[in-house]
Amino acid sequence: MNKPIARLFLVALVMFGALLVSTSWWTVLRADDLNHDTANRREIIRAQKVRRGTIYAADGSAIARSTRDDEGVYHRTYPQGRRFGHPIGYSYVSLGQTELERERDDDLTGLTNAITTTFDQLIGKAREGDDVRTALDPKAQQLALDEIARVGQSGAAVALDPRTGAVKVMASAPTYDPNTITDKKVRNAALQDDKNTPLVNRAVQFGAAPGSTFKVVTSTAAIDTGLFSPQSTINGDSGVKISAVPLANDFNQDFGPIDLRTALVKSVNTAFAQVGEKLGKRTMKRYMERFGFDRKPQLDYPKDSMSASVVAPNPPGHAVSPTSRFVDVGRMAIGQGGLQATPLQMAQVAAAVANGGKLMKPHITTRVVDRDGRTVDTLEPQVQSEVMKPSTAAAVTDMMVGVVQSGTGTKAQIPGIQVAGKTGTAETEFGAKINDVWFIGFAPADNPRIAVAVTVKGVVGFGGDLAAPIARDLMDELLK
Amino acid sequence: MSARNRELFALIPAALLVSAGFAAVFLSRDDLLGGLSGNNQVSNLSLTYGAIFLGLCVAAHLVLRLTLPNADPYLFPLAALLASFGLVEIYRIDDGLARLQAQWFVIGLALFTATIVLLRDYRKLERYRYLIAIGGIMLLLLPRAFSPVNGAYLSIQIGSLSVQPAEFAKIAIVVFLASYLRDTRQLLVTAGRRVMGITVPPLKHFGPMLVVWGSAMLLLFFIRDIGSSVMFFGAFLAMLYVATDRLSFVVVGVVTFGLGAYLVAGHIGHIADRIDAWQDPFNPELLNRLQGGSYQLAQGLWAQADGGVLGKGFGQAVLRLSGDPNCPTLASSTVNCSLLPAPHTDFIYAVIVNELGLVGAAGLLCVYLLLVQRGFKIAMLARDSFSKLLATGLTAVFTLQVFVIVGGVTKLIPLTGVTLPFVSYGGSSVLANFVLLALLLLVSDRARREAELAT
Repeated sequence: MNKPIARLFLVALVMFGALLVSTSWWTVLRADDLNHDTANRREIIRAQKVRRGTIYAADGSAIARSTRDDEGVYHRTYPQGRRFGHPIGYSYVSLGQTELERERDDDLTGLTNAITTTFDQLIGKAREGDDVRTALDPKAQQLALDEIARVGQSGAAVALDPRTGAVKVMASAPTYDPNTITDKKVRNAALQDDKNTPLVNRAVQFGAAPGSTFKVVTSTAAIDTGLFSPQSTINGDSGVKISAVPLANDFNQDFGPIDLRTALVKSVNTAFAQVGEKLGKRTMKRYMERFGFDRKPQLDYPKDSMSASVVAPNPPGHAVSPTSRFVDVGRMAIGQGGLQATPLQMAQVAAAVANGGKLMKPHITTRVVDRDGRTVDTLEPQVQSEVMKPSTAAAVTDMMVGVVQSGTGTKAQIPGIQVAGKTGTAETEFGAKINDVWFIGFAPADNPRIAVAVTVKGVVGFGGDLAAPIARDLMDELLK
Repeated sequence: MSARNRELFALIPAALLVSAGFAAVFLSRDDLLGGLSGNNQVSNLSLTYGAIFLGLCVAAHLVLRLTLPNADPYLFPLAALLASFGLVEIYRIDDGLARLQAQWFVIGLALFTATIVLLRDYRKLERYRYLIAIGGIMLLLLPRAFSPVNGAYLSIQIGSLSVQPAEFAKIAIVVFLASYLRDTRQLLVTAGRRVMGITVPPLKHFGPMLVVWGSAMLLLFFIRDIGSSVMFFGAFLAMLYVATDRLSFVVVGVVTFGLGAYLVAGHIGHIADRIDAWQDPFNPELLNRLQGGSYQLAQGLWAQADGGVLGKGFGQAVLRLSGDPNCPTLASSTVNCSLLPAPHTDFIYAVIVNELGLVGAAGLLCVYLLLVQRGFKIAMLARDSFSKLLATGLTAVFTLQVFVIVGGVTKLIPLTGVTLPFVSYGGSSVLANFVLLALLLLVSDRARREAELAT
């Protein structure tokens, strides 16, 4: 009878093999699907027990922290309230996560903590979240929010360190209080507020026409290709036909033949439109891409909550390549023609010029530190792209200094510090006088430490009057 | 080294496991969401469970030294390993249950000793085979007089005690079949006629086999548990195959059982539910159904996915939904109250996979496989047909039990109410499995002694 017994054992082997396979099926092959199944409450319950990491501002103050109640369940609080509603977002078991809380979720819940020893694994050492340190400056952030609110109903401001890409300010007004967003009434009100959309981070989402601030991009392309120099002469008269349609300068001013530098200082539309036409779409596309246009920013932020800065003329009514036949390159060169740029993108334009042509990757996080104070991860400055030659950067810087010294941006002057900048005023479709105003710039011009972009939407006035002072105060505060 | 010395050494892993396991659970005890009873006080007594259990193992080992010096050396340590592992896991789930389980271990080991001493010459059993068979069937049918649990009539409530007679019945049936087949095996094969290439044995011998098949069907119908039916019938087929060496019998058996089960089971409400749940456990409609839904299976699968390859760590399985005052005790293991219903019995495998991962589960399955291998080896070493068939049957029923429960928890087959031997909590299961173990060791001792004498 031994032979059949032996065969029976083989059957048993096969059966156990099948059990191993079926166990592997759930623990390995389908594990991811199952763990992310929304009906599966395990991760949520587990997350409630884990101390989520604290998010700190640059000055060491806490922006987001988890406090433990007597049931051992952690609750998220935001000590600084509305100030950092954007770009930190919120994290709640019931609502999910947004913005930086979402992007850094793995760090904050300790998922990226390698299980250091098998002993830890065996005793199941409680998972702890790591703390995230940012470069955000609370004082400057609050200042940006307050000043934008004083000028208009909505707007945004971004301030970067051009040498490293660290984000010091990312303000989007109006904003919301992440502490109260759990309240159903508050949340519904915020979601239904189509006019103000407080839950949208305008700094990175839904671009708008940057107006004359885009002339910095055009100037860069012009000088870097060698086709122009700051002394090149262009016709600055108003009414020049661009794409067979006459283009007007501000106040219909005629400037006659002027050099490129003056054209930027005085923000002469027709001059730059002609420069754009001379450069051609391909060159414009090349430099726009170097500045980061046409792609989502490389920010540590959820990709689906950011917009790429694109050109979307009408027709066809959607984003196209800058080389498309629908693009009016002359009008695009002056920041119109369907351009939609985000404040972050425009801040990066300023930062690229400020940093000698090297554009650094923007990042909100600077370091990830574990509970014991050990640095787990450092976000080292990384070059995003080499936009222009250092000589070009120097030339454009000089032109932008001129803007602030004697041109449209004099309201951005800071006593004792040389500021470089460019104003922008984009007409909106809401009426001839209602504009989106902009200012981009950096300081100190000879050794820049801060690059900013400020925009206020739907106001009566000009960038030089409304946006420049906000940028000035922001830079002043950050340079202290 | 002599067999018994090897056995003593082989008990060391069990000792280490118990110590390490209790230590690990002890260390992780400040986790507030674990523990069905919500009791976080680590009682000093708890730690002595391990020590007492080990003491008992050594005592049992001494019994074996005295009575069965030639028995297989690894069978008992493997079982001890499983039992100690189960004890640690149950302790981690609930202190109180662990204490009870430890008590069952004591009784189990006593029964173990009694079996060895009383059935030294186990061939006595053959004389009472029909009595044993009837007793077994009665034991199986007894729960019908009581109320069903989850639709199946598997247990008897005596006061606060829950007894599962099926566990003992399986041994009884195996004993009967071993004896019966030993007598009839030749006749079944040689006296049969061939119909379409299949040997059909003469009716008078085939008759009792039909009775067995019929019993299995009746079992299914009356007890309403397909897992038990599969176990019994599977063991029967295994023994039949070994006795006659005719694959055709097995094929016919499988087909007829399948047919019967299909016809019968389809009409039994809760079995149909189980099959629905097996096919689509994550269906929201099935998930949320209070009775006969797939909540338990789905939670078990989620628990396993959560465990991953390395598991979450000893003591880390989340068992209870936090802060729910309506769910304080084990008894309230209903849908939506417990995150994983019945973690100490049916779903202990899911808890193990959750805490120790695929690696831990593979280790556990390995230990079971080794046990099965020892069992079949004993069967092969045995010299007389009754012993061979007895060992085969006991090992087969053991294998099938593990297969049925692990298969059910991992959605390989529909879920049934069978326990994981030595690891699951359950008095009857512990006692019956110790008796099974004792019988195997008895067969082994005789087999090896005779083998030695022959050389």
